[in-house]
Amino acid sequence: MSLSAYVSGVGLLGPGLAGWPEAARVFAGEAALGAGRTVLPALSLLPAAERRRVGRAVQVAMAVALEAAAGAGADPASFACVFTSSGGDGHNCHALCESLAQPDRAVSPTRFSNSVHNAAAGYWSIATGSTLESTVLCAHDASFCAGLLEALAQVSAAAKAVLLVAYDTEYPEPIHSKRPVPDAFGAALVLTPGRTPRSVARLRAGFSDDKVEVMSNASLEILRGAIPAARCLPLLHRLERGTPGPCVLEYLDSLSVCVELEPCG
Amino acid sequence: MVPLRLTCFTATSCIGQGLAPMLESLLAGRSGLTPCDFETADLRTYIGEVPGVDEVRLPAELAPFNCRNNRLAELGLRQDGFADAVARVAGRYTAARVGVFIGTSTAGILETEQAYRRRDPVTGALPADFEYAKTQNSFSVADYVRRRLQLRGPAAVVSCACASSAKVFASAQRMIEVGLIDAAVVGGVDSLCLTTLYGFHSLQLSSAAPCRPFDVARDGISVGEAAAFVLLERPDRERPGRGRPGCARSALDLAADDVVLLGVGESSDAYHMSAPHPEGLGARHAMQAALTAAHLPVDAVDYINFHGTGTLSNDRSESRAVVGLFGTSTPGSSTKGATGHTLGAAGALEAVICALALRHEFMPGGLNISRHDPALSACYLRETRRVRLGAVLSNSFGFGGTNCSLLLGRAG
Repeated sequence: MSLSAYVSGVGLLGPGLAGWPEAARVFAGEAALGAGRTVLPALSLLPAAERRRVGRAVQVAMAVALEAAAGAGADPASFACVFTSSGGDGHNCHALCESLAQPDRAVSPTRFSNSVHNAAAGYWSIATGSTLESTVLCAHDASFCAGLLEALAQVSAAAKAVLLVAYDTEYPEPIHSKRPVPDAFGAALVLTPGRTPRSVARLRAGFSDDKVEVMSNASLEILRGAIPAARCLPLLHRLERGTPGPCVLEYLDSLSVCVELEPCG
Repeated sequence: MVPLRLTCFTATSCIGQGLAPMLESLLAGRSGLTPCDFETADLRTYIGEVPGVDEVRLPAELAPFNCRNNRLAELGLRQDGFADAVARVAGRYTAARVGVFIGTSTAGILETEQAYRRRDPVTGALPADFEYAKTQNSFSVADYVRRRLQLRGPAAVVSCACASSAKVFASAQRMIEVGLIDAAVVGGVDSLCLTTLYGFHSLQLSSAAPCRPFDVARDGISVGEAAAFVLLERPDRERPGRGRPGCARSALDLAADDVVLLGVGESSDAYHMSAPHPEGLGARHAMQAALTAAHLPVDAVDYINFHGTGTLSNDRSESRAVVGLFGTSTPGSSTKGATGHTLGAAGALEAVICALALRHEFMPGGLNISRHDPALSACYLRETRRVRLGAVLSNSFGFGGTNCSLLLGRAG
């Protein structure tokens, strides 16, 4: 059995990249990468009580997940989910560590609930009403490909549609100096076992030890290297441009993932 | 799904380092919970602490990974010939064909908590010796295990709160099924830290007494820690033809006393971040999905290892889910009265307990229960029973409404 799926919806949000259509113009060279920080949209999908509780990681993950689901023309609750992130919510982590360093150790129960790595997946399930399975991964800098492999394995093993959501946020100081992720970034792919009217390409994946593909645009290459979830950029660039062929993505030390891309004409 | 063999398994928790002492504790009904004196914690609660974790030394080349979580992982890997079994399997398939999928909820966050108490008084900077990637980052434990076992296949941490190390079985099973790998090291490692001790306290979910799952007076969890590992392997990939003709497993290379993973079921509650669905709908879906994956009816299950945390809401919704699917006669128990709630390690730890129960023919009785809650109508075992088991189910549910059930059985 091969590891393959159709990409039938895409979502993207990052510094200077306000959604998939804008990213397409940057990939096409029609627009420069914006200079501003990532703009996170309000989450109208979440009930007001929940909306107040969530941090940037949940916001960026849900925004790109919704964009991808809309692109696929599908009910957001209809997908099994794979979320993947290196650090989850950096600000929440900092706030908890700071509380624990104080003499009274007054930990906020909301912050503790939100500290689980699967917070975004949990809020997504609550917001969409999806009772399907979801899993949440971390593989440090390899988190995007870890999620891609997991999602493709689910599509291939169970012949079901899977929503892959890769996202990261910055840590504030003092952790920022140790893990200098500059900003929030998210990318989401709806992966379907068969071709749909919205499918843009078929992917086939395997391991490789070939050289990792980099972005020819210097600003995008800086982004790719700085944020683990942005390691997906070469694949998204090819998806947007409809460029066929092998795309080697950064994964673990000494192990890369090669994605063979076949555009849907 | 094609059953997978548990070629080797081991666990280290407060009831024993390795299988032999753990089996002895389970059969004797011994709890490892003690009053909390962990680190600088000042809380009236009980914990399941593994003794000697701080004395464990990592191999010199992996020294930067040094943190309580990886020391606990190292201690766990040293038991029951686990590392040798992995080396044999890696030799058979090549190291690139063996994956590593480990569940954890907090990894080495204790290092960060301690580093925040050592910040530079002027700049606020963390100390120079603080290692983010190899201690705090959730992946650190899978990275450690992969390097320690010299594996070169795919790897990830699954971090879905208290369902983390049940879900690793699903990830490994799928990757084996699609042929990306032939075998996988799965497991769970979660260690004591202030985040979880104070966090559960802040939610009023930790008990001042040793946790009492299914007791009428239960009032919360006891946080524990554990490292549990399973080597999962596709049984038809070696020595073909060893199975007996005419037997259901004839196409598979399995011995009668092998323990196999028969099914995995997953679901989401879509209900609340830190409370389970009141009717246990998500839990029921996960249990049903595990049975469906295994093509087994409900009456094939002889014993259920409950998630059974000892909180009011978990035990109530889990009991409803179990009764809804199995009725009131399938016996079950929670082993958390013995081990504490080992959070991200609970799924793998309890899978190993189920594997022991299958191999040694017993059902562990639940501990610390003085009066069974009459509102919970699931059949709850209070005494350990010696009985041969065919198939057992293990439940794990987590914050965020994430659920996973594992169905394990004997090969013959």
